[in-house]
Amino acid sequence: MSRTQRPTSRTHPPAPPAGDTPGAIEAALAGLVSPAPATLAPAVLVEVGLADAWATLPSPLGEILVAWNGRGVSAISLPVDPAAFEEHFVADHRRPLHRAAGVPTALRRLIDRRLTGDRRADVPLDLRGATDFEQAVWRKTLEIPHGEIRPYGWVAAEIGRPAAVRAVGTALGHNPIPLVVPCHRVVRSDGLLGNYSMGGPENKRRILQVEGLDPDALEADARAGIRYVGSDTTHIVCLPTCHHARRITAAHRVSFRGLRDASAAGYRPCRACRPAGSPAA
Amino acid sequence: MAVLLETMDDDELAARLAHDLDGAFEVLVLTHQDRLYSVALRLLGDARDAEEVAQDAFVRAYRAMATWDAARIREVRLRAWLASIVVNLARNRRRNAADRRPPAALEQLLDAGLQPAEGLRQAPETAALRAATARDWTERLGRCPAAQRAAVVLRHVDGLSYEEIAEALGRPVGTVKAQVHRGLANLRAQLEAERAAERPELTA
Repeated sequence: MSRTQRPTSRTHPPAPPAGDTPGAIEAALAGLVSPAPATLAPAVLVEVGLADAWATLPSPLGEILVAWNGRGVSAISLPVDPAAFEEHFVADHRRPLHRAAGVPTALRRLIDRRLTGDRRADVPLDLRGATDFEQAVWRKTLEIPHGEIRPYGWVAAEIGRPAAVRAVGTALGHNPIPLVVPCHRVVRSDGLLGNYSMGGPENKRRILQVEGLDPDALEADARAGIRYVGSDTTHIVCLPTCHHARRITAAHRVSFRGLRDASAAGYRPCRACRPAGSPAA
Repeated sequence: MAVLLETMDDDELAARLAHDLDGAFEVLVLTHQDRLYSVALRLLGDARDAEEVAQDAFVRAYRAMATWDAARIREVRLRAWLASIVVNLARNRRRNAADRRPPAALEQLLDAGLQPAEGLRQAPETAALRAATARDWTERLGRCPAAQRAAVVLRHVDGLSYEEIAEALGRPVGTVKAQVHRGLANLRAQLEAERAAERPELTA
């Protein structure tokens, strides 16, 4: 220390240097209060889920709008007028929505993996405000693999509500997070593709095509009465788009109109696609 | 987003939070954000670190209160409790100073395009002068031992009472008073040493 250091003691603090009035240091410290950056409060509210942020993201359907908060993704929409998106969001969720420059990297990566078929990509979802039934329908839909489709009745059976087929359709029509929650993979029980909440039936066909399916061929098979497909070597019966069914060669492929026919012919249901729905549910 | 910058007395705020955490939490943030940010800034010296720590402190406060019953929220002494969260986070941040990677929360913020603070709106020279002075004080605080620095910042930047500081730091009031006192003496000694260095002929 320099020779200018004065002796200090607890009872007799050194006199302030020339030019300083007593309390000058305290006054200087009191002047160190700085206004918080304008970004702080919105960031906190988004992180705890009392507000949301949104940004655009590329997807197999082109650009989409994604809203999220610290709890997870809260909404996905096709690009509409941003003002309309914000207005609908606020009306539906009763939370403020801020525009952000981009989706956070970690979340973006999870969404990308999900949309390209990786079901291990566990995209966090904020489903507050939805009924238990809606949440059960959406979470079950998340299990349908990329490039496969299931009837509404399958979802109903899997969640233990086999009679609630129509309610399943309604819940999927209200899916706030299309593409990530792949409601486009749920189709009418007669095998026709049916409606789609995000941009109508044509979009549903487009997304299924992007996932490697042939919508026209699927509907033609359904009209021809092909609802289930089995292999005469394994005697296992599947839904037609099940990855096991698609490996069956033409020579061994057997089609059925109903599971009863399959059962009568000695076929057991596939454990992967569970054509009758999960009996355990 | 509510545009009204609403702030509120702590007792009323705690009562409101106890009644409706989600409804009142934004008011808590608006009421306490400047002081928590200032404390973090003077403990850490870096604006980005400070914003992140203040943000993290509010998020932790929310998550803690979300698990409490109404009576516990009503009784919490918000000023001291929030200060204790910031001081702990800042201490951990300094301890991990070797790790300069931006944590996930900041990365998200930057990704989300929430830009750093707007520039000061004062005349540039005045702002620069003030920033330089503030930076000098922050550096002097940074040269104090951690215990002194926290006590001085809470007492003289944040304006907490000794009882509140004792609660925030988990130390006896007498200890806290002595730390504030020694911290001020330390700052005074630094100031004198700087002045002596600027005018060596006077002390030769």
